[in-house]
Amino acid sequence: MGTKVRMRVWRGDGGAGGLVDYEVEVNEGEVVLDVLHRLQATQAGDLAVRWNCKAGKCGSCSMEINGRPRLACMTRMSLFDPADAITITPMRTFPVIRDLVTDVSFNYEKARQIPSFTPDPSVGLGEFRMQQVDVERSQEFRKCIECFLCQNVCHVIRDHPENMPAYAGPRFLMRIAELEMHPADTADRRAIAQDEFGLGLCNITKCCTEVCPEGIHITDNALIPMKERVMSRKYDPVVWLGGKIARRPRRDTPKVPGGRA
Amino acid sequence: MTDIDEAAQVARLPYDVVVIGAGGSGLRAAIEARMAGKRTAIISKSLFGKAHTVMAEGGCAAAMGNVNPHDNWMVHFRDTMRGGKFLNNWRMAELHAKEAPERVWELEAWGAVFDRTGDGKISQRNFGGHTYPRLAHVGDRTGLEMIRTLQQKVVALQQEDAVRLGDPEAMIKVFAETTITRLLKDGGKIAGAFGYVRETGGFVVFEAPAVVLATGGIGKVFKVTSNSWEYTGDGHALALLAGATLLNMEFVQFHPTHMVWPPSVRGLLVTESVRGDGGVLRNSEGRRYMFDYVPDVFRAQYAETEEEADRWYTDPDNNRRPPELLPRDEVARANNAEVKAGRGSPHGGVYLDIASRLPAAEILRRLPSMYHQFKELADVDITKEPMEVGPAQHYVMGGVEVDADTGASVVPGLFAAGEVSGGMHGSNRLGGNSLSDLLVFGRRAGLGAAEYVDSLAGGRPAVTDEAIAAAAGEALAPLRRMSGENPYTVHGEVQEVMSGLVGIIRREDEIKTALAELERLRERAASVRAEGGLAYNPGWHLALDLRNIMLIAECVALAALERTESRGGHTREDFPEMSPEWRRINLICSLDGGRVRLRRQEMPPMREDLLALFDRAELKKYMTDEELPPAAEPADGEGTH
Repeated sequence: MGTKVRMRVWRGDGGAGGLVDYEVEVNEGEVVLDVLHRLQATQAGDLAVRWNCKAGKCGSCSMEINGRPRLACMTRMSLFDPADAITITPMRTFPVIRDLVTDVSFNYEKARQIPSFTPDPSVGLGEFRMQQVDVERSQEFRKCIECFLCQNVCHVIRDHPENMPAYAGPRFLMRIAELEMHPADTADRRAIAQDEFGLGLCNITKCCTEVCPEGIHITDNALIPMKERVMSRKYDPVVWLGGKIARRPRRDTPKVPGGRA
Repeated sequence: MTDIDEAAQVARLPYDVVVIGAGGSGLRAAIEARMAGKRTAIISKSLFGKAHTVMAEGGCAAAMGNVNPHDNWMVHFRDTMRGGKFLNNWRMAELHAKEAPERVWELEAWGAVFDRTGDGKISQRNFGGHTYPRLAHVGDRTGLEMIRTLQQKVVALQQEDAVRLGDPEAMIKVFAETTITRLLKDGGKIAGAFGYVRETGGFVVFEAPAVVLATGGIGKVFKVTSNSWEYTGDGHALALLAGATLLNMEFVQFHPTHMVWPPSVRGLLVTESVRGDGGVLRNSEGRRYMFDYVPDVFRAQYAETEEEADRWYTDPDNNRRPPELLPRDEVARANNAEVKAGRGSPHGGVYLDIASRLPAAEILRRLPSMYHQFKELADVDITKEPMEVGPAQHYVMGGVEVDADTGASVVPGLFAAGEVSGGMHGSNRLGGNSLSDLLVFGRRAGLGAAEYVDSLAGGRPAVTDEAIAAAAGEALAPLRRMSGENPYTVHGEVQEVMSGLVGIIRREDEIKTALAELERLRERAASVRAEGGLAYNPGWHLALDLRNIMLIAECVALAALERTESRGGHTREDFPEMSPEWRRINLICSLDGGRVRLRRQEMPPMREDLLALFDRAELKKYMTDEELPPAAEPADGEGTH
């Protein structure tokens, strides 16, 4: 009862590769990942695809479908014209390991450089008191499933890999915003957000927000407010004066050293 | 080059504690081992942070009493034992109920951002089988919050080590996309673990005296399951192969509500929170049928009319609970029975209705993932129409037999925590008790492993080249074969057998047929061929997982055949009653010359002070007369000890 669809799947490894054409059966209601699984089970047992939950909750099956960064498990086949071939390629920003699987270790390195949640040590277990309205901002960012599609699409690194050492990407700039907006956090990451993690390189084109499968307003709710916080600190006359007098221009929590993954 | 020569080339990595699995229990165990000063390796079958724990939606059960101050560990203990039909390892249920609140608060101190109550505490929600609102939650994505928090705590510890020791990975390191295929022993003791790295196919040996299994469940033994591809019973099988024992493998949880349509999402979980927040089940006639399925043992605690049930949501102290919130095994059987009786939905499910019960905005706030999931995958707007749902395999209560306090298995140096361990949940797990189980026993297993390493005082077991060569030979076999079946085909057939013949409702003749089928499939599974090479080759990985799937399928079927009663996640059509005699029996699987052996083992009697937490009349429904406390004692046990 299934119909056939043409799939053009990128096969190869870091060295070389190209698009390979397949014809695969598709059934009603299926998503791209179903079709890739059928391809694996019937025609290409060694096709490398990263996936786990198949429910849009783990963020493993990130890839580019007809050039658009998407989760394969949440992309329904009915989205496409059955007459056209569907082109599946790995995320472009990260080095290919094999087929559709990329090396995303860049993200884990950045995660390790951001100073962690730092509560007031005098607050005992079970003694935190926070209002729902105050945690909702951080909660939105904690919906992130770390699919890294926002990292993949961000032109600051997609088109300029040379920026990678100086730029954490939307996901981890949002992580900084999440911690900064956490009502029980005591650290200050504003200076390093700009100086170490490249917040200034983001020119708010909102590509990250557009591809986010969780619908997080990365640009409007995390990046722009974070830029505002950085600026208000920079031009705060008290901070400026304090820096001059104490000869300690940066009292912020420093970037974590040795953060190589 | 011979295998032995190759074995000498395999990287050997020395650690104190190796944790296999990077879900909730694995990360919690690793954190504890590292905090106890042990060099710890975390082995993750997937990328760091992708573990199956992210799929947990509803919450983490802990009697903090934030929403209803009557709650305490004793109430939680009672609910857990009732949910498991008193087959639980009562010491585990006790530790779990007592320690869960502290484990949740600890997560908060590590950065978890739970939903709040009006007075700023951690909010708690209602769930099946829990007397009071007890589940700490974040909308319907609590598992993700937990995984992310534990992941970030590991990172925080690595940051400390970077400052202190100059290397973030000096004391705790994550080996992502790495799969362990064999545990290695020296004499009777654990000496390490052998595995492959997905990305390259290269082999790696961890030399460590203590291994914590935290590999989760066995879902991929079944066809319709909410579990991800990783759930191939790896830890269960590794434990068996290393000489450890498995407990009560017949108890498999079929969660009552999963999506049934479209076919590609069949088995996708629909959280119990939908019912906790007011959702009701209806059949094709529109009848709210759960009132027809309240079993005798629960009659006193559940409402008998829709009016009373609906009043409970706002006045729980003066009304009894709606029957939609019975333990999962009861609801799953009811859903199954309605469909069988011809009162199902068009796609073979039943209707779960939240649309007529809550305003749309409230549904969106409380159940955002569910809204998203149905909208995007099934074109169903759950704020406007009911969902079609049905049961699917969700969890396994059976698992590695462990010491409650330390997580130690019968093999020195081998520990287990979380879903891979057995006993805590008895014959049926309550929703919300899994995330708390991971935290409580993950921590205890990490501590148990650390203490065990200390007890060795330098004399560590050694890994031999021969053992490595044997493990490497086994792993390479599917790639070296010139011919053989496609592993995907064999796996599909195992799943058909298990779902069709050892599924939610079981019968002697069907289980026997399943065992005969499995016998034939065993030979086929042992000779599958994987095409392609070593690097990131899913076909090869499945070929290796098949060994585990076959072993576990056999354990489940054998135990299901042996237990001639119905209890929790084991329903025998030919033995529909629950038997007090069977309640005292644990079924133990072990491996003997490569074959699974099953034996009965008596359950140790419950400690008197715990027994005294129950009404004698209630105990009588579950226990034999000789197990009951003397009738003269007061029912609540006050002042008797």
